[in-house]
Amino acid sequence: MMMSMNRWAMPWLVLVLFGLQGCATVQNADARDPWESMNRSVYKFNDVVDNVAIKPVAQAYVAVIPSLVRTGVHNFLGNLSDVWSMANSAMQLKGQATAETFMRINVNTFLGLGGLLDVATEMRLEKRKEDFGQTLGYWGVKPGPYLVLPLLGPSTLRDGLATPLDMQGNPSQAFTDEATRNALTTVRVLDVRSGLLQTVDVIKAASLDPYTFVRDAYLQKRNNDIHDGNPPADFDYSESESTTP
Amino acid sequence: MNRRQGLTVLGAACLSLGVGAAWASEEAPEAFVKRITNDTLETIKADKALRNGDIAKIMQLVDDKLMPHVNFRRMTSLATGPAWRKATPEQQGRLQTEFKTLLVRTYAGALSQVSDQVVVVKPLRAGQEDKNLVVNTEVRGKGDPIQLDYRLEKTPGQGAGWMIFDLNVLGVWLIENYRTQFTKEINAGGIDALIASLVARNKTNAKAS
Repeated sequence: MMMSMNRWAMPWLVLVLFGLQGCATVQNADARDPWESMNRSVYKFNDVVDNVAIKPVAQAYVAVIPSLVRTGVHNFLGNLSDVWSMANSAMQLKGQATAETFMRINVNTFLGLGGLLDVATEMRLEKRKEDFGQTLGYWGVKPGPYLVLPLLGPSTLRDGLATPLDMQGNPSQAFTDEATRNALTTVRVLDVRSGLLQTVDVIKAASLDPYTFVRDAYLQKRNNDIHDGNPPADFDYSESESTTP
Repeated sequence: MNRRQGLTVLGAACLSLGVGAAWASEEAPEAFVKRITNDTLETIKADKALRNGDIAKIMQLVDDKLMPHVNFRRMTSLATGPAWRKATPEQQGRLQTEFKTLLVRTYAGALSQVSDQVVVVKPLRAGQEDKNLVVNTEVRGKGDPIQLDYRLEKTPGQGAGWMIFDLNVLGVWLIENYRTQFTKEINAGGIDALIASLVARNKTNAKAS
């Protein structure tokens, strides 16, 4: 356990130190993104890796595996990740969410064929994703600078430091057999990426600058999720004329 | 006509009268959002060409069903920021046209996913003002539910109703998300540069589809 923690923590530490050394300044810099030039490089790197290796495999996954099986895989992995969500709900003292997620896991594991079927959602036990970055945010830890992680994508200093814990917290990492762990990680990547095939295309088509679009969307979404869908409004809507003349 | 049918017809008549009366006086914001989204969803479900991404037809749908309820001028001005006021009416018009094309075209692909979704309108949060009011909804279908929120303003005067002026998909408000990108273009080359890059993006998207 400790060994693998270190294995993950090291690259992050290096990255953070890199970031803190400061990089070339970007014009019109955004206060939330002081490491923009480094981030843009990593973003470009991720985009290339995605185009060459991850996206084609995800497309093949969708083309070859029947949707019924993919849904089963998605539900199974979702059931595993519910365990860590429950732990984080508990750490945020959300009693009802913790209890409901606990019920979800039990219902899906025992009535849903080990998690292959998401019976719980049909029983109105809604999925509530919570991770350690959200827990830290709930307790008032600020996100810190925006950070694009190699391969993992958009993050912040806070969320990036929480990521190794999130990885450890996923029950798929509890398997002692390394081959099983790796297989589960691979399937998780495929599941996530195949679910985003359309989203990524939409983002590229919808944006004038995809990097900025993704960054702003990520920061907004994290704030939204930490406040369970109702973040305090900080955008100023008052400056425009309010009705059509 | 037996008694049961008669009752049903009577009930329906009462209901439609009631609904009609409600519209005329004051429609609740949740009811407004429910009506618009259900109306749009039904239209999409009934029309295969829409789901296949026929841009001309989708544009027609947007113009017919949505635009009457959207204050798109306000949306565009908010996305543009302070520079909006310095823009000429002609520039403002072009910005609106190009921004609308960008949004419609990019989200047109999502319509192919519409099948058996239902929209659940959540109870209104208390203590909101009429000029800036958020209605939270959730689209439920296959897969994880999608958070979809609307920001509304009450239209003043006669036949008071509601207008949408911002949209939140999965926790991301549309206007806020375009503001930084728009500001960047404006800082680099003014309003005309922003219009030019919107035009360029739309051209690329048109070729791709």
